[in-house]
Formats: sequence, C-alpha cells, structure tokens
Amino acid sequence: MTILQSFQLAIKSILSNRMRSVLTMLGMIIGVGSVIIIMGMMNAVKSSMLSEFSDFGTDTLTVAYNPIGNRVVTEEDLYQIVEENKELFKGVSPTVESVKNLSYNGHKLNGETVRGVAENFLTINGAKVKDGRFLSYSDVYLRQPRCVIGTYVANELFPGENPVGKVMKIDGEDFTVIGVRAETAGSQKYLADDVVLIPYTKAARMETGFITSCVFAVKDVKDVNQGQTVIEDRLNELLGDKDAYYINNMASMLKMLDTIMGVLTGAIAGIAAISLLVAGIGIMNIMLVSVTERTKEIGIRKSLGARKKDIRGQFIMESGVVSGIGGTIGILFGVLVVYIIRLLAHIDAKPTLGAIIISFSVSVGVGMLFGYMPAKKAANLNPIDALRSE
Amino acid sequence: MSNQEKGTPLILLENIYKIYEMGEEQVRANDGINLSIQKGEFVAIVGKSGSGKSTAMNIIGALDVPTSGRYLLNGIDVSGMKDDELAGIRNKMIGFIFQQYHLLPRLSVLENVELPLLYAGVSPAQRKERAMKALEKVGIADKWNNQPKQLSGGQQQRVSIARALVGNPSLILADEPTGALDSKTSREVLTFLQQIHEDGNTIVLITHDNSIALEAQRVVRLKDGKIIFDGPSEEYRKVQVNMQ
Repeated sequence: MTILQSFQLAIKSILSNRMRSVLTMLGMIIGVGSVIIIMGMMNAVKSSMLSEFSDFGTDTLTVAYNPIGNRVVTEEDLYQIVEENKELFKGVSPTVESVKNLSYNGHKLNGETVRGVAENFLTINGAKVKDGRFLSYSDVYLRQPRCVIGTYVANELFPGENPVGKVMKIDGEDFTVIGVRAETAGSQKYLADDVVLIPYTKAARMETGFITSCVFAVKDVKDVNQGQTVIEDRLNELLGDKDAYYINNMASMLKMLDTIMGVLTGAIAGIAAISLLVAGIGIMNIMLVSVTERTKEIGIRKSLGARKKDIRGQFIMESGVVSGIGGTIGILFGVLVVYIIRLLAHIDAKPTLGAIIISFSVSVGVGMLFGYMPAKKAANLNPIDALRSE
Repeated sequence: MSNQEKGTPLILLENIYKIYEMGEEQVRANDGINLSIQKGEFVAIVGKSGSGKSTAMNIIGALDVPTSGRYLLNGIDVSGMKDDELAGIRNKMIGFIFQQYHLLPRLSVLENVELPLLYAGVSPAQRKERAMKALEKVGIADKWNNQPKQLSGGQQQRVSIARALVGNPSLILADEPTGALDSKTSREVLTFLQQIHEDGNTIVLITHDNSIALEAQRVVRLKDGKIIFDGPSEEYRKVQVNMQ
C-alpha cells in the first residue's frame, strides 16, 4: 500500500467514527492551542518590557552614588567626565527621582514619577517635545518651577485642553507646564509616558538637597561598556569605594532580560508541551481500543494478503492524521485566542511562527509515536484469532 | 482418486501434524494428514467440530503453519514460511470465502472486492476494472457502490465470492460458505461454486454437513485429526451413514 492509500484509508476511518475522532483530537487541540497562546502572551510581555526599558535608551548608563564621608561627586565632576571623554560620551544629566501627587483643576494623579533632569536630558534620552519647549539652561540654573509632562499625564490631567502654559500642582507646589513630550510608549500608565520632568536643581531642593544619580549617554551603543569603565575609574577615584555607587548598563540589562525571558518562555512552553504528551497518551489509548474493536477487520485484511507493515502503516497513519488534524485545529484556535486577547487587553500578543511550526510537528510526531505501539499490536495479531473474534 | 491427473499436485500435504499444548495435555488437531489435490478439482473436507477440519483449512489457507510435516502449494513449500511470506501466498494464490462473508462494513462493495488487489499493489484504475469484472461475474455489478449492510446475505456472499475470484488465485477456499444462509440461497451459492469450478477453478470446501459435501466431486472426511475417508462423492454417498 502506498502512503497516499493509507492516508485515504485513515481519513475514511476518521470520518466514519466522527465522535471518537473529535474527542481524540480534543487533547491535541487544547495542547497545541495552549502552547501557541502562551508563546503569544510571552511575546506581549517581552515586547512591553523591552519598550519600557528601551525608553531609557540602550546607549545610556544610569549611575547612582552616595557620598562617603566628605568624599562626594559633584555635578562638575560629572561634566568633567564627559569633557575629558568627548569622543565617547554624548552628554550627562544629573537626575533626581521622586514620587509625587499631581493635580490640576480637580484632576488628580497620585504616586507619579517626577524626574529632575538637566536641559540636555532630551538629547540624552533621544526623545522629542510635542508641544511647547523643553527645560532650558536658565530653568535649571534658576530652579524654575517649570515642567515638561509625558503624554499619559497630559491626557489624564488636561483632558481636552492644551497643557502648555497651564499651572499644575506637584505635591501642592505650583509648576507651569512648558511642554509635552512626544509619545514613546503608547501613553500607558507605568510606562515611559507616565512621567513629569522638572529641573534637577528644583527637584533636589524638594528632596534631600543632594544629587545622587545621573544618566550618561554614549555616542555609539558599542561603546557602552567602555563608557562604563571610564565612569567606574573616575568614581573609584572620587569616592574610593566600589560599593558607594552603582552603574546600570541598559544594554547589558536588556541582554539579560532577553535571556531571562527566553528561559521563562521555554519553561512555560515546556509545561504546555506536557499537555501534548498527555494528548499523545490519549491517542494511544483510543488507538488501542480501536485495534481491539477492529480486530476482525485486521483479520480480514490479513487473510486477503495484508502484510504486517500494511496494517502497522494503516494504524500509524491514522493516529498521525488524527493528531495532525487536531494540531491544525489547535493552531487555528490558539491564533484566534491570541488575537482576541490582543484586541481586548490592548497588548502586543502575537502568535509566533516558531510556536506554530513546533507545536504542529510535535503533535504529528507525538501522534505517530504513540500510535506505533497500538499499530504494532494490530500488525502482530494472528489472522486466525482475529477472524474468529466478534 | 479417480479424478487425479498426472503432474505436480496443486496441494500436497505430507505428514501434517498440528499439535497444541493445552497445559499438560497435547491436542493433536491434525494427526498425520497426507493429502494431494490436483488443479481443477472440487474437494469437500468434511468433519464434525473437533475433527481437525478447521485446522486443516488454516494450514491449506496459509493462515497457519503445521507443527511438523510439509505443505507444498503449487510446488512451493509453505510450511516453514514467516507471517509476511504467508500473507503474500494468501494474497496471490488463495481466494477465501467465509461463512460470515467477512466484508468490511465501512467500505463499499467495490472497495471490498478491490482489497486483495490493493495489497497486491495493483494500480487504482486496474483495480477498479478487475473488481467490476468480478462483480459482473457474480451478477451483482449494479450494487457496486452499496454498503455491504444494504445487501441480503446471499448478495453479500456473492460479493465475497467476487473478492475471492478477483486476484485469479490458484485455489478457492470456502469455509462453510452456506452456513449463514437459508436453503434456497445456499442452493444458489452451491450452484455458483459448481459453476466457477467448471470455469477451471480449484475449490476446497470445508463443511460439517454431509449433504453439502456431496456437492463436491471428491470428499475427504476427517475424524480426530485423521483422514478416515478420501474418495469420489458417489462413493461417499454410500458409506456416509457409517461415518457419523
């Protein structure tokens, strides 16, 4: 018998036992579907994390430091690092991070990120101003109560209004909005557009008075690690203690994040793949029942000249086709669910081609593998006993 | 042995023993059978249940191999063959007609008749053509697309005869072919068997029923695994009462 003939035979047998075939496929459908859904969801988580992180820029190095006794890092020291390594650094901005409550005209936003930055932060950050202007040198120098807000804050505090020129309150203190930063992360809460930028001098005054962090930008992403070494050397010199500062290297963070996400996705997909295994065992079960039920058919076929490999091929083909069809339905089901989640939850869930290919081939493979044992049992039946069975 | 011609017999059984171990006990289902059947003969193997006729049929039908002894079919030694070789012999040399017809319920009449050709590797177009011819021969070609369960018992048996004939086997082996049929339909089937015998086919008929056995030219009677009568049916008619 040719492969085509056993394929046709398998389709015929599946169609003639529809209810059972569908139930057998159900395990495969759920297994393959869940692998695709999980991979799609992980894709969404990964891309949202990446977009958040990349807002800091992969070409930036965030540095936090503490004074050790009378050894301190001044703003002049920071600028000097850039000045001495002009070929390496694009610039540096001292930063002061704080969490504040915002309000304007009855609209309130609590627990918002307020970031004190220098006038060159926009260049370092690679962002743009949509309306109005960014902070100027004099705003920073004179500690002006002026701010540039992210699009999320603009939408929430100033619905239907142009925020530029309006006076909002940050922890009760008046700040004039001088600009709105262009959207970078879909204007979503907790992401990069959920931010208020004020002069770092002003921010320092509102907090402890000290500046204990900054962000460097390198000219070329390739030089991130070299830049880190330069900064480390200088901070060691200034503070005399390796534990007094911490440098956050976005590029290596991203790399690490990517690795972690990869491992996590693999682990979760592996768990989902167990359901494929369970589905395979289900198929084996049904095929064993099927062999028992069709003992007489096997006997007749053998008496008419079917060899072992004909019978074996017939049953392996049948379980392969059942799980292949189940896998295909599972793919359609999984892709559909992923797109529904994408629409309803507004996340970047996407079915991955890799997940589709892997889960389909695994399902067919599992079907044929688990079909082998029942098929072998069928092939080895004695034709006399098989004919006599009812 | 009146009907024997010269040359190699189609079936030659030499000292066939089939012994089953039932715990401590040995059951000699075939206890030294010697039998030779020429091409073109119509032989009935008759016996009560337990006489060893089914075992003999399984061996002649290449469904089973003897414990000892030699079985030559068309001069080929079948007695020591492996499963797949036996399958090949059954496929090419033997056409089975069973008591319960043994048609596959999910296949159409035509597909059922095509089965032996399918396993012989015949191309689809040829398969269909030859199967249709076989169906015409048994007078049931108009039902080719029906399911077996839509046919009467007699019609189903005719389909199974078509299936037995389709591969042009050397031997037609009929196992109680009328066992499931009423007397009128049985008559039809027996007439039909005689007809295909006249066409030149060799037929071995297995039955427990003396009156059926008498339809053949030659009768072989088995008892306790041994042949107790082998001769023309006219002769058997005279002595059958003593054989019960």
